[in-house]
Amino acid sequence: MTNPKIAFNWASSCGGCEIAVLELGAKLVELKDKIDIVFWPVALDFKYSDVEGMPDKSIDVTFFNGAIQNSENQHLAQLFRAKSKILIAFGACAQMGGIPALANTKSKEQIFNSSYKETPTTDNPQNVRPESKFYAPEGELTIPEFYNRVRTLDQVVDVDYYVPGCPPVGNQIEKVVGTILSGLLPPKGAVLGASDKSLCHECKLEKTDRKVSKLVRTYETIPDPKRCLLEQGIICMGPATRGGCGAICLDANSPCRGCYGPLPNVIDQGAKMLSALASIFDAESEEDIQKLADSVVDPIGTFYRFGLARSLLKRTQE
Amino acid sequence: MATRFEPKIVGFLCRWCAYTGADLAGLSRINYPPNVTPIRVNCSGRVDPTLVLKALAEGADGVLIAGCHPGDCHYINGNVKMIRRFKLLQRLLDQFGIERERVRLEWVSASEGGRYAMIVESMTEEIRALGPLNWKREMVIAA
Repeated sequence: MTNPKIAFNWASSCGGCEIAVLELGAKLVELKDKIDIVFWPVALDFKYSDVEGMPDKSIDVTFFNGAIQNSENQHLAQLFRAKSKILIAFGACAQMGGIPALANTKSKEQIFNSSYKETPTTDNPQNVRPESKFYAPEGELTIPEFYNRVRTLDQVVDVDYYVPGCPPVGNQIEKVVGTILSGLLPPKGAVLGASDKSLCHECKLEKTDRKVSKLVRTYETIPDPKRCLLEQGIICMGPATRGGCGAICLDANSPCRGCYGPLPNVIDQGAKMLSALASIFDAESEEDIQKLADSVVDPIGTFYRFGLARSLLKRTQE
Repeated sequence: MATRFEPKIVGFLCRWCAYTGADLAGLSRINYPPNVTPIRVNCSGRVDPTLVLKALAEGADGVLIAGCHPGDCHYINGNVKMIRRFKLLQRLLDQFGIERERVRLEWVSASEGGRYAMIVESMTEEIRALGPLNWKREMVIAA
């Protein structure tokens, strides 16, 4: 029997998902006798043309990380969909847009203005902007077209499974690889490598039933390392986020930011977190409630830090 | 003559006060715009923000949430829970660029048929002046 062919690809993302795979370290070496890696930009030198030359459905599993923000991302999503039997949206960006999807609060024009004109360190007197086509004396040069909106992988192509996380944690990646090698795969559309309960179930901090009369941001306080952060007035996405990561951020006394995405059957993670947060407001009068609500400085960045592209509204109105 | 824009408004009405108030508006034969599609819920405090966002994302031009006056909630304080959620939701919608007039939280008692009609009328006119929200179509174009 031949080993299953596995590909990793990298679209609009920071590359952390690929590093998370590399971090398996010695376990990767054990895996090398069980799988054949046919594409892996972070570690092996393959070219896109190698993949283009493969027959359709010849890759058994592709782990695709990163959101879709330009025409190259989209082309690769379509290419790997065609060549793979199983396509996995790997990591928060591919699953929900991730950090790159916060670009959906701005237009392409605003992003280009900021990057090529307004930032204090930019020196661009001729106002040069990236163009997808450029005619040089030697011929036409092209770069990918930057899109006005960031999309998730499943908004572009059909996706079989999802592995959440920014990045997915090591022991969960091992479990996912184990599940794939065992051949006992769950129904299409399932979330692999995560729990079906909220993060609060695995968080070790002590939870009472306290409400809060004031919200604080992480830089404004040093939290008590034993007590629930929400009860200390720090917005922690735990109640609205899938567990499975082992609450590692909480171990570092830092609140959950929601990278493992919504719980099963939840349509919109941000809406659920908004409800959860409102439910611990210790305020009765409209004025007190207003004050608490106003102290949430950046609602989209807080409730949809990793999930804007997958949310109900998906982007702000221009 | 150009046809007048008719806003589509989804109304989440609490069964004990606002829905009964809307019923009374009808029984009293008060004339008011037909733009609100009422959905009866047990309590305004039962309205999940997901429902509001889903209505807007799928084509509504506005959402009306109406319940008992504070202090009169059939479930003691469901409407106060809705105020807490609503204030946060307003902040979120501001950031999404959705005008405050489009999503309203109002109190209507079972005996205030006239007040319900007045709220629907003012909300319809305000949204008519703003124009369609068209979230679904905008999303397709923005791709």
